[in-house]
Order: sequence, then structure tokens, then C-alpha cells
Amino acid sequence: MNLEQFKDKLGIGEDKVYAAMGAFSKPDDLVDAGRKIREMGYTKLDAMSPFPVHGIDEAIGVPFSKLGWLVIWFSAMGTATAVLLIWYIGAIDYRLVIGGKPFFDFSYTIPVAFELTVLFSAFATFIGLWALNGLPRLYHPSGNYSQAHRASDDLFLLVIEANDPKFDAQGTVEHLRSVGAADVEVVAG
Amino acid sequence: MSEDQGTIFPSMTEWDTRQNPALLDTNPPLVQGGKDYHGLSDQIGSIVEADVLKTPTKYWITLAVTASITGLLGLMLAYLISTGVGVWGVNRPIGWGWGITNFVFWIGIGHAGTLISAILFLFRQKWRTAINRSAEAMTLFAVMCAGIFPLVHTGRPWRAYWLFPIPNTDLNLWQNFRSPLIWDVFAVSTYFTVSLLFWFTGLVPDLATMRDRAVGRVKQYLFGIFSLGWRGSARHWRHYEKAYLILAGISTPLVLSVHSIVSFDFATSVIPGWHTTIFPPYFVAGAIFSGFAMVMTLLLIARWLLNLDNLITMKHLENMNKIILVTGSIVGYSYACEFFIAWYSGDIYERFTFLNRAFGPYWWAAWSMYSCNVFIPQLYWFKRMRTNLWVMFIISITTNIGMWFERFVIISTSLTRDFMPTSWGFFYPTWVDMCTFLGTFGLFLTLFLLFARFLPMIAISEVKGVLAYEKHVFKGEEVMVK
Repeated sequence: MNLEQFKDKLGIGEDKVYAAMGAFSKPDDLVDAGRKIREMGYTKLDAMSPFPVHGIDEAIGVPFSKLGWLVIWFSAMGTATAVLLIWYIGAIDYRLVIGGKPFFDFSYTIPVAFELTVLFSAFATFIGLWALNGLPRLYHPSGNYSQAHRASDDLFLLVIEANDPKFDAQGTVEHLRSVGAADVEVVAG
Repeated sequence: MSEDQGTIFPSMTEWDTRQNPALLDTNPPLVQGGKDYHGLSDQIGSIVEADVLKTPTKYWITLAVTASITGLLGLMLAYLISTGVGVWGVNRPIGWGWGITNFVFWIGIGHAGTLISAILFLFRQKWRTAINRSAEAMTLFAVMCAGIFPLVHTGRPWRAYWLFPIPNTDLNLWQNFRSPLIWDVFAVSTYFTVSLLFWFTGLVPDLATMRDRAVGRVKQYLFGIFSLGWRGSARHWRHYEKAYLILAGISTPLVLSVHSIVSFDFATSVIPGWHTTIFPPYFVAGAIFSGFAMVMTLLLIARWLLNLDNLITMKHLENMNKIILVTGSIVGYSYACEFFIAWYSGDIYERFTFLNRAFGPYWWAAWSMYSCNVFIPQLYWFKRMRTNLWVMFIISITTNIGMWFERFVIISTSLTRDFMPTSWGFFYPTWVDMCTFLGTFGLFLTLFLLFARFLPMIAISEVKGVLAYEKHVFKGEEVMVK
């Protein structure tokens, strides 16, 4: 597969359409517009903002994050690792008499078990966060939008992706304008 | 019913207060100076973006001084490692002199960063946003300084991996998990790792802001790589906020556990003055107390040098002083409690230890600690004191002097005079002890100066969130503060 075919597969290229995007200057306007656009029947929506905008998830239908469910398994794994490690070392592999203390007891596993639970959870959260977000990523077509660099500064962008069944370049641009978006553009892939 | 609502929803009362511009003095907005979102990016970003060659000379001079002190640390460590731990003043009966004092001191400093980033987040204290980034960075640097001491105290730091339960062929030993010292290894290394992950997670959206503002290839590449392709999508933020909540949720018990486990090093022994159950909460309160004082020292300097008065407002400083007052009073209560229990226990060694602390050969250290930690912070009951920059700067320094003496007093008084008068002794620090401790301050300040210059030291995206919230609460009647 050469580079052109690879880009085709990813939907990248000047000839492809990624989405129609428009900008708002206030977070509340973004939420209102997102809700209206969704009511028009669009489903493949995204928003870009310099800080988390509350209410945008429900407005454009972004599902609840499942990160917590992922992390809890690693937390349990951290606890189990610590207890099993201490049990194996103390009671099986290296039985050492120290002050007549038992070779294994749950009470003295607590500090290390707690720390490993936290450590495993932290790594699961950190790695899970980037994995679920599909990051690190070197290229994303949303960067082709003329105002994209301001999404981390002071603009709130609404994105209607081209793979939305209701997407139609001209009509979608009109819809975005009708809900108050500025600088509406059709963005290349 | 309406009265009940007032207590169930205290935020409603706050909301009413904020609607009334006449009460702005008592509840001023957190972001001042009439900044909008772009203004915030500009103000914080411009510190980082300024041309390196045009950095004020005073910055380079300060950096040169602190870097030289760091060099002193390097020399001291090289001398210690090549000669042996005997170059420190540790000898029978004091095996834990300045090294462990400094370890506990630096670890404690770190605790405020986690408190601000995690515990205040869970309590929804919005004022934390302006100070959490620098406090978290301070945590990382303080834990680095702390880690040096036990590491070199082992005498052979190149064998440090023996501390971890990794199968080793040169030793054929496992660690003893019945000892609190191994718990400490796990606690401190977990603490550092989790703090680093938390700090970096918080930094990514701001690195993306810096990437989008960057002029010049080098900055674009560096910020581009470290911002991982963050584009602020609603899907990103949803996972990000969940991750932030989880990290805050696990860091909260973590920070409480770290100093508790540090205190177990003492409390699980049988030495008079150490063998007490009050140690974990007492150490945690002391850690937060000293850490907040250190955050205060650093922020007052940064606020003055970088003109951040509109972001780190008097309200932020006053809130921090209130926390210093509360934790200082908890520490004072713990001192009183220790004295009471020593008397009430009827144990002659315990009674002697505490009388010896206050009136024995280390009386000067003990009374420095009581004055700096318990008496001086009581000034913060007065609003005029809480809001006076000079007072808070001086108290932030005396607090850390007091907290260093606390650890010194605990270690030295108990070890020099325990059960048998025939084995009593006295601890004299050597010049190597002193220069090593001084050197860690050099390392700490050098890292902090580099951080403040080359990374956004205020969490831009979080402060923008607070700004949006405040505009929302004021519902359009935006009240500008003169």
C-alpha cells in the first residue's frame, strides 16, 4: 500500500471532506446551537472548546465516559498483585523469622496493597485517557479549519462530520449559519 | 421549608450574595482585571513565549545562584558517596540525623500540591485553579529533593534497586514486608509517579494552547509533540474530566497515606516520643501546613515578578492563609495532646522525653518549633494580618523553619536520650550535612524557576472554566473590578 492509498483509507486528503465547522464566541451559545443542530436530525456531531463546556455532552449526544469501568479492574489488579506478592515472598519463597511475627498476615499488607492499588489505577487512568481519545495523534483534519487554532484559545467550534447521513455540504453550512455560527466552512479531510 | 433549603443548598446563599455588587468586597471574583478568554491565554502564554535571550537579567542571576547551590549539592553527594555516610554527623546513638529530618521535611512540603490539586478539586474550591499547576510542580520538585536523602543514606545508592521487589541474582533476597521502611519505598515512589501523571494530564490542554500560539519551528514541534494532538474535542474533554476526577479521587487518600506511612517509620518503633498513635494525623496536618507555607512563599514571589495579581488575587492568598491557620492549629493541638498523653500514660520514659524536649539540651529547637508553628500563625485570626503581603511572606517562611525544627526535634530528642542514660549522646551536624540541605534548596528553586519560565505556570484551561462560571453566575451583569 502506498501513501496515497493509506491516506484514502484514513479519509485524509485535499479532495475529501471531513466536516462542516462553525465558530461561537460563548460557551452557552455553543450548547444552544448544538442542541438545535441535533434536533434537526444530525447525529455525527463534535465540539471543540478551550475548556470543558458543561451541558455540551447532552446537547450533541456525546455518551458518558466509560473510563471508570476500565480503571476499576486495574485497581483490583493492583490490590491483588500486592497481596499475592507479599504472601508469596513472606510465606513461600523467603520465610524469615523476624520478632516472631507471622510469615503472612493481611494486616501488614495494607499499606503496600493500598499504594499499588493507587499506582495501578493511576496508570490505567492515564493510559486509558489517551487510548480512549485516540491520542497521541499527529494529524487531524479539524486542523484544516481556518479558526482551528483558536479552539484552544477563545472560540467554541461546532463540528458536523461528513459521514453524517444527513450531511450535504451546502445545506449543512446553511443549518450551521441558521443557529448563529460564524466563519462556517466546509473542511477538507 | 425555605429555611431548610438555605442549609441544604448553601450555594444558593452564595449565589444571592454574588448578585449584589455591594457585596463584591466580601466575595470578589477570582479572575480580575477584566480579562476575557483570549486575554488569559495571552497573559499566561506570553510569560512562556517571551524570547529566551530577552529574559530579564535578574532571572538569569537568580538562576545562576540557585544552579550554583545545586552544584554544591552535587559536590556534597559525590563526597558522601565516595567517602561514606560517616561524613554526616550520624553516629551512635543518632542513626537518623539530618538526612531523615530533611526527607520528612521535603516530603511534607509536597503534600500541599496534592491537597490543592486533588482535595480542593473534590470540594469544588474554584480558587484552586490559579494555583494548582505551580503547587503540583512544587510537589514533584519537593519529592525529588526528599528522595535524595534516604537514597544516599543507604550508603550505596547504586544498589537502590534492592529496595524494590524485583528478582535479583546478585542478592538472592526478598524484602521484609513487615517493616514500615519498605512501605515507605512504595508510598514515596507511588506518590511521585501519580503526582507526575496527574500534573502532566492537567498540562496537556495548556500545551495544546501553547502549540496553537507557537511561533517558530522548535516551539511548534516541542509543544506539538507534548500536547499529544489534543484538540479540545467534546469527546476528549469528557474522558479528560472523568480521568481528572479519578486521579483526584485516588490522590486524596494517597496524599493522606504517604505522610501516614512516613510517620509509621517512627510510630511502629518502641522509642519514647515516637511510639504514639497520634502520629499519622499529626504528620499529615503538619505536612499540609508546611506545604501551604512553601506554596505561599513561591507564589508571592512569582506573583510579584510576573505581575499575576489579577489571577492570584488577595482572595486566593487569604484562603491559603486560612488553611495555614487551621492546619497550624491542628499541629498545635497535636503538640498539646502529646504532652497530655505523655503525662497521662504514667510511663516514666514518655514523661521524661517530653520534658526533655521542652527543657532539655534541645530546648531552643523545641521552642522555635512551638513559636513558629503554633503561636505565630494565630495572627491569621485577624483579617488585616491575613491580607497583608509582608505578614504572609514572613509567616510563610517562619512556618517552614518551624516545621523543619519539628522533624529535627522529634528525631534528635528521642534518639539522643532514650531508655539508658549510659547510651545518651548529642547530635552535631557536620558542614556536609548543612551544605547538602542547602543544596536541596538550590535544586528545588532551580527546577521551579525553569518551570515558571518554560511552562504555563497557571492552568489556562481551568482558569477559563472559572471565568465562564463567574460570567454565568453574574448573568450578564458583568461586574468589572477596578
